[in-house]
Amino acid sequence: MSIETTGAGALILVLVMAGVTLATRWGGVYVMSFVPIGYRVKQFIGAMSGSVLVALLAPMALEGDNGARLALLATAATMLLLKKPLPAIAAGILTAALARQF
Amino acid sequence: MTNAETTLHLFNRHSVWAGFKKLAPVSLFVVIFGAAFGLAAVQTGLDESVILAMSTLVFAGASQFAALELWGPQVPLLTLVITVFAINARHLLMGATLYPWLRHLPPSQRYGVMLMASDANWAMAMQAFNSRQPGIGLLLGGGLALWASWVLGTWLGVHFGGAIEDPRSLGLDMVMGCFLLAMVVGGEKNLRMLMIWIAAACASLLAYWYLPDNSHVVVGALAGGVTGIFWPEKRREH
Repeated sequence: MSIETTGAGALILVLVMAGVTLATRWGGVYVMSFVPIGYRVKQFIGAMSGSVLVALLAPMALEGDNGARLALLATAATMLLLKKPLPAIAAGILTAALARQF
Repeated sequence: MTNAETTLHLFNRHSVWAGFKKLAPVSLFVVIFGAAFGLAAVQTGLDESVILAMSTLVFAGASQFAALELWGPQVPLLTLVITVFAINARHLLMGATLYPWLRHLPPSQRYGVMLMASDANWAMAMQAFNSRQPGIGLLLGGGLALWASWVLGTWLGVHFGGAIEDPRSLGLDMVMGCFLLAMVVGGEKNLRMLMIWIAAACASLLAYWYLPDNSHVVVGALAGGVTGIFWPEKRREH
């Protein structure tokens, strides 16, 4: 089924997108309210929280251009060195911008 | 992972404002992303009211860009639903990881603060919780900063989008990636975490190459979670 994007159709599509996104924001919390939080569940959740980010970043690092890779490298190095996120992010963006000028 | 102590879920006007200020620098970049989205949406042919409604109500950049790819005279509804769900499925994991703290809140607040859940403020909140600091103020206040910036940026892009010709050449597409990496590197580091991250990264890449589009985040996160069960932390409390 397709929806025309003329008139109210476009707004209906936006509302559908909003509904689906809201379901993802609420769904995890809702499901967890039925799961007893024991030791294993805690281990799982704790391990998963960092893994979400790693899973987002891995293809970015491997499939990205050299600018992207160098940016991530600069961010990681600065973060390890200074332990402050803002300089780390700034170093990453600057590195990407510089790498892409050539 | 730490125990959910009884007071870490508390938040008030001050901690929300502090969260807003903490995420404000990153929000400046979100304005630029928003502008890039607004410009792309105008070029795709969406009306201003539809574009602003989308950024206000959906507030999930990657899925909004993906929706533009599907946009035409007609949009296939099921494809749109599946695409948006797959890209935003990581919110399910965010909600689950926040639950040990959110469960102490009444349901209206619990679901209310989740309205503002997105990558950056969730990562900040989790980092706070894991070092036994209160995090809901960061989640809600930071989320409000990001949301306001996203909507403002979208509006700017609709009206003045031509001003940013190539955000990529300025490295601006890497803001979120660098931010999230800084959160990972700034978090707990030990052999167990390293193994979990390797499992997550490998599973994510395999899913990225061989499974349907947009499944890699969920697959990688679940693989990392399962690794955490099989390699549990040493019990230290009780």
